[in-house]
Amino acid sequence: MTEEMKHPLSDYLRMDRLPHIWCAGCGLGIILHSYVEAIQELSMDLDKIVTVSGIGCAGRASGYVNTDAFHTTHGRALPFATGISISRPDLKTVVISGDGDLFAIGGNHLIHAARRNVDMLVICSNNFNYGMTGAQYGPTTPLNTRTPTSPYGSIENPFNLVALVASSGATMVSRWTVYHVYHLKNAIKKGLQKKGFSFIEVISPCTTGFGRLNKQTPIEMMRQLRDNTKIMKVHPMEATIDPSTEIIIGDFVDVRKPTYGEILRELEAKAR
Amino acid sequence: MAKQRIKLIKQLCKGCGYCIEFCPNNVFEKSEEITERGVTPPRIKNPDKCTLCGLCTRLCPDFALIIEEDEGDG
Ligand SMILES: Cc1ncc(C[n+]2csc(CCOP(=O)(O)OP(=O)(O)O)c2C)c(N)n1
Ligand code: SF4
Ligand SMILES: [Mg+2]
Repeated sequence: MTEEMKHPLSDYLRMDRLPHIWCAGCGLGIILHSYVEAIQELSMDLDKIVTVSGIGCAGRASGYVNTDAFHTTHGRALPFATGISISRPDLKTVVISGDGDLFAIGGNHLIHAARRNVDMLVICSNNFNYGMTGAQYGPTTPLNTRTPTSPYGSIENPFNLVALVASSGATMVSRWTVYHVYHLKNAIKKGLQKKGFSFIEVISPCTTGFGRLNKQTPIEMMRQLRDNTKIMKVHPMEATIDPSTEIIIGDFVDVRKPTYGEILRELEAKAR
Repeated sequence: MAKQRIKLIKQLCKGCGYCIEFCPNNVFEKSEEITERGVTPPRIKNPDKCTLCGLCTRLCPDFALIIEEDEGDG
């Protein structure tokens, strides 16, 4: 952006990099907005936050924020974030990345970071496909969905991300959508203040990939997030997700357990 | 206190139409304009109906809607 005008979020965003690369109607800009607004409302020090991402459209998020940032390799956001979190407990480590990056190529890192309760907030944009490479199906794609790699409809069962992450040991687990901007922002604020592995799945329309192939306009995709969602306080195993009929959204888990870093530092003190 | 109003930063708009669709007070409408980026931005047709709730600023994926101080220049 070239104009001298002051944008209300200009302290938090790299304004010189806007407009961002995301397609018209893509939910990623809404996730980024919710994230920086959450930081703003908490008056957090930008030098005390590290935003880490992997590769993909969602992975571009780290390039637009004025926190310290690390754009890592595909699937490896969590190993990098784990290193930061353990070595610099004074910083808040936040991962923003896509469903493919975090649950396909990076799936093992995700479950083990959750199992170890590494102190970090993971914001996962779930657009049900690999947006950046052309909307191929992946581990979150709903059964029977048409993609370029599943022209007759996907024949695979998708992961339920909140159930998977909760059963792996995460201490905060939520699912919201980019239509639910206030809930989303509040969940991010909670996650930014939480100690422990915190996970927020954000259902987000991939408008040009998923949307166009499944004959939905961006506005129809957003209406679906409004009309097909039900806010519930349930066990994550019961937080079912079928975008064409019903998606259960809400804050599902919020418990406190010792983090990996805390246990490690305790051990270091004892072993000395 | 200075008055506030909703403002569209046209260079950031990609024309998704979420503001037109989801504003609870019907403040926006489709325009006829095509910008140099080939985008059709919304037009603020009912500024007086705007309650400054800020929903459009948050649903806009492009940071193109902001609430600014109204300097009274129209
Ligand atoms: C090692 C490696 N394998 C494959 C790719 C190609 N690739 C780039 S992004 C991507 C998937 C991104 O999907 P997701 O994380 O869901 O992000 P989205 O684009 O949907 O936001 C893939 C497979 C790569 N860059 N590196
Ligand atoms: S391809 Fe999909 S996920 Fe990527 S920027 Fe476009 S709409 Fe967003
Ligand atoms: Mg994706």
